[in-house]
Amino acid sequence: MEGGLGSLGGCGGSSGAATNDHTMSKVEVAEAEASSYPVEAELELGLSLGGGGGGGGGGKGKANTWGERGRILIAKDFPSVVSQPQRPNNNNTSISPACVVGSVSGTKRAADSVSHEGGSPTAGSQVVGWPPIRAYRMNSLVNQAKAARSEEDKGIGEKDKSKDNLKKKICNGNKISAPGNEKGHLGFVKVNMDGIPIGRKVDLNAHACYGTLTQALEEMFFRSTTSLNSIGGEKQQVTKSSRLLDGSSEFVLTYEDKEGDWMLVGDVPMFLTSVKRLRIMRTSEVNGLAPRFQDRNEKQRIKPV
Amino acid sequence: MNYFPDEVLEHIFDFVTSQRDRNSVSQVCKPWYKIESSSRPKVFVGNCYAISPQRVIERFPGLKSITLKGKPHFADFNLVPHDWGGFVYPWIEAFARKSVGLEELKLKRMIISDECLELISRSFPNFKSLVLVSCDGFTTDGLAAIASNCRFLRELDLQENDVEDHRGHWLSCFPDTCTSLVSLNFACLKGEVNLAALERLIARSPNLRSLRLNHAVPLDVLQSILIRAPHLVDLGVGSYVNDPDSETYNKLVMAIRNCMSVKSLSGFLEVAPPCLSAFHLICPNLTSLNLSYAPGIHGTELIKLIRHCRKLQRLWILDCIGDGGLEVVASTCKDLQEIRVFPSDPYIGNAAVTEAGLVALSSGCPKLHSILYFCQQMTNAALITVAKNCPNFTRFRLCILDPTKPDAETNQPFDEGFGAIVHSCKGLRRLSMAGLLTDQVFLYIGMHAKQLEMLSIAFAGNTDKGMQYLLNGCKKLRKLEIRDCPFGNAALLMDVGKYETMRSLWMSSCEVTLEACKSLAKKMPRLNVEIINENDQMDVSADDRQKVEKMFLYRTLAGRRKDAPEFVWTL
Repeated sequence: MEGGLGSLGGCGGSSGAATNDHTMSKVEVAEAEASSYPVEAELELGLSLGGGGGGGGGGKGKANTWGERGRILIAKDFPSVVSQPQRPNNNNTSISPACVVGSVSGTKRAADSVSHEGGSPTAGSQVVGWPPIRAYRMNSLVNQAKAARSEEDKGIGEKDKSKDNLKKKICNGNKISAPGNEKGHLGFVKVNMDGIPIGRKVDLNAHACYGTLTQALEEMFFRSTTSLNSIGGEKQQVTKSSRLLDGSSEFVLTYEDKEGDWMLVGDVPMFLTSVKRLRIMRTSEVNGLAPRFQDRNEKQRIKPV
Repeated sequence: MNYFPDEVLEHIFDFVTSQRDRNSVSQVCKPWYKIESSSRPKVFVGNCYAISPQRVIERFPGLKSITLKGKPHFADFNLVPHDWGGFVYPWIEAFARKSVGLEELKLKRMIISDECLELISRSFPNFKSLVLVSCDGFTTDGLAAIASNCRFLRELDLQENDVEDHRGHWLSCFPDTCTSLVSLNFACLKGEVNLAALERLIARSPNLRSLRLNHAVPLDVLQSILIRAPHLVDLGVGSYVNDPDSETYNKLVMAIRNCMSVKSLSGFLEVAPPCLSAFHLICPNLTSLNLSYAPGIHGTELIKLIRHCRKLQRLWILDCIGDGGLEVVASTCKDLQEIRVFPSDPYIGNAAVTEAGLVALSSGCPKLHSILYFCQQMTNAALITVAKNCPNFTRFRLCILDPTKPDAETNQPFDEGFGAIVHSCKGLRRLSMAGLLTDQVFLYIGMHAKQLEMLSIAFAGNTDKGMQYLLNGCKKLRKLEIRDCPFGNAALLMDVGKYETMRSLWMSSCEVTLEACKSLAKKMPRLNVEIINENDQMDVSADDRQKVEKMFLYRTLAGRRKDAPEFVWTL
C-alpha cells in the first residue's frame, strides 16, 4: 500500500540510514524532490492511488472475478430495461493539482470506481476523508447545492449543469442559493440488506454508474471469507453468499425515494437526486419482476446513471 | 486536614469542578480519594472503551452527569467504518440496573438507538439534559420517547447528528405539563416538524434561553416564536427565506427588536440575504455567530453583518467572506477569541481565503487563541508573522486544501512556519498542520510544544524520525492521529510505554506492519490494539509483513471489547 509521501524516494519506514542532523541528506533529497513540480505530479497520483493500482482497470481484479460472486440486480437485469443517456464525463481537468474530495465511507473505492469509467483520468485524485471536514457538514453543503440545482432545472440530469453556476451565487427572495458544485456530491446514504441487521453507508457520488455502485455494494455485503492475497495481484474469491443460479441473483437493489416509495434502482437517470436510502432486497419479495438470465455484458457495467 | 469531618471536605470539594482538578484531589491521600470519588457528580470518559460502566459506577456512586466519547476523531472524515463501535446501550443499561440517579448525558461520536433513548426516558426520573454530538443510530421516535417521559427535561441539544426522520410528531409528545425547557436544539433534523406543537411548546416554556430550529420552520413561525420567547440568549434560525417587503418580514423585524438578549446567533440554513438586515439590530450584542451552514450569504452581505458585531468573541463562517472580509473582521471584532473558516466549496479546491486573511486576523485580534482555517495557500512568512502576533494560541488548526502544497512564495515546506508557531505559542494544546512538511517540523514540535495534547498529521514527514521526535518530546500528548505518513515500525515501537500515558493513537495508510502491531499488543496488555480492515478479511494467518491499513490503539482497563465487529481485529 502506498501512502502519500511514502512513495517518494522510498524514505518511508527506513530510519536506519537517517542521521540526527536535520540537514541530513535524506531530508534534503526529499525537499528537493518535493519542490519540483514533476514530482508533485507524482504526488498527485500517489494520493489518488489510495485504493492501489492507479489508473483504470487495475486494482483488485474486480472485473475478472465478477462472475464468481453474488450479484445484485438492478433495473437493467429485468425485462423492460430503460436505456440511459450517456452521462458525460464531467471531470474538471482544470482543477488545481490539489485533491478533489471523494469522501467514501472508509474505503478507497472512489479511486477504483472512478478509474473504471472507461479509463478516464481519476476525477482530480479523490482522496478518502480529505479535506478534513465533518461528514455532516459536507453533506449539508452538498445538499444545499443540490437543492438549489434541482429547483433550477428539473428534469435535466445533473451533469448537464453548466459550469457557470460553479461560483455564482444566485439570490432572490425564494430561491435557495448555494455555490454550485459540478460533481453534485450527494453524500452518504444508508444501505441495508435483508437478513443483515447492521447497515452500511455508501457515497453515491463516488460512483458514476450503476455498475460500480453495485460492485461496491457487493464488496460490502458479499464479502469473501477466505484469506486474500493482499499483496496485490489477482485474488481467488469464494463468496460465502454466492447465489448464482443461472446467472441471476437472489438479491435486488432498491431505493427509497422522496415520497417514501421503494423503487427499483436503474430505471431513472435522476435517481441520485431522489434517493434517500438503499436496500438490497430478496428477489422473492419483489413482485412481478422476474430476474432474467443475462450474460453479464461488460459494457452494461459501464452504463451511466 | 485529618481533623476535618468528611462533610466539610466534601463541601470544599464541591467547589472543585473541573475533572482534572478533581482527579488531582483524589490523588492526595486515601481519605481524599474516598470522599472525592463518592461525591463526584460529573464524570468525563474520553474513550468509552477505556473503562467499563460497572467500574465507573463503583467508583462514582454519586454520579449524576456523564460525558462519553466513542469513535476516534477521524471517524468524522469517514475514515472509520460506520459500525466500528461506540455503542452507548451497555452504559445506560448498567446505570439503569444500578439505579444511578442520572440527570445529564452528553455523548460524542457514539451510536445510540431508539431503544436506548426509551430506556433513558424510563429509567431516570430526574433526567434533565441530553446532548448528542455527531451521533447516530436513532430516529425521531427515540426523541419522542424522551419528550414524552422526561418530566423535568431542561435540555435537548442535538448537534450535527445523523437522525432518521420519521416526520416529527415527536414535538407533540412533550406533555402540556412540560414547562421546564431551557434549551432546545433540533437544527440537524432533516424532516418536517409540527409547527403548531412547536409554538405551543415555546409558549409554555418561560425558561427557554436557547433555541435552534431546523430548516422546516418558516419565517412567519419564527416571528411568532420570537414574540413568545423574548428572553432567548441563543437563537438558531432555520429557514430564512422571505420577501423583504412583505408584512411577515416587517413583523419579524419588530419581533427581533424585542429579542435584545440574544447573544448567540446561528443557522440560516436557507437564506435570502436581503432579509439579513433585520438582524443588524441585534448584531451589536452578539458574542457568538455561526454562519458556517449558510452558503447562500454573499461575502458582501457577510461583511455588512460583521461590521455591526463589535462584541464578537466566537465566529464560524465560510471562506466566501474572503481575505477582505477577514480584514473587516480583524478591524471590527477586537474581542475575538475563536474563529473557524470553513471552505464553502471543498471539492474544487478553491478556497477563497489565503495567508493574507490569517495574518490580518492575527494582527487585528489580540485575544485570538483558537483557530480553524481552511485555505487555498499559505506561506512560512505568514505563519511566522502570525506566531509573533499571537503567542496565545491554544488551538491552531490549519488546513490547506491541497495537502502537500508547499509555501506559495518559496516552494519550501512549512517546517519553519509551524516551528515558529510552536515556539511562540507556549500554551498550545491542540495542533493540526497542513501542506508540505518534513521530519524537521516534528523536531521543532518535539522541542517546543510542551503543552501539546492533541496532534493531527496528514501527508507529512519523511522517516520514522519524525514520529520519534514527537513521542520523545511531547510529554503531555494525549491524542495522536496520523494518516498517510511514512512512519513505520521503528517509530511505533520506540517507546511502547508512552501509549499508556495517552488516550489513543490512530495510524492509517502509514508504514506500520502487522508484525509490529502484534508485538506492541503483546508487550502492552493494557492497550487495545485494533486493526480495522474493512475491505479484506484479516486472516489470522495473514502475512505479518503486510502493512496495516488502519490501526487504532488506546489504553484501557476494560480489556478487549466484546462488541467489535468482524472487520475489527483486536490483537
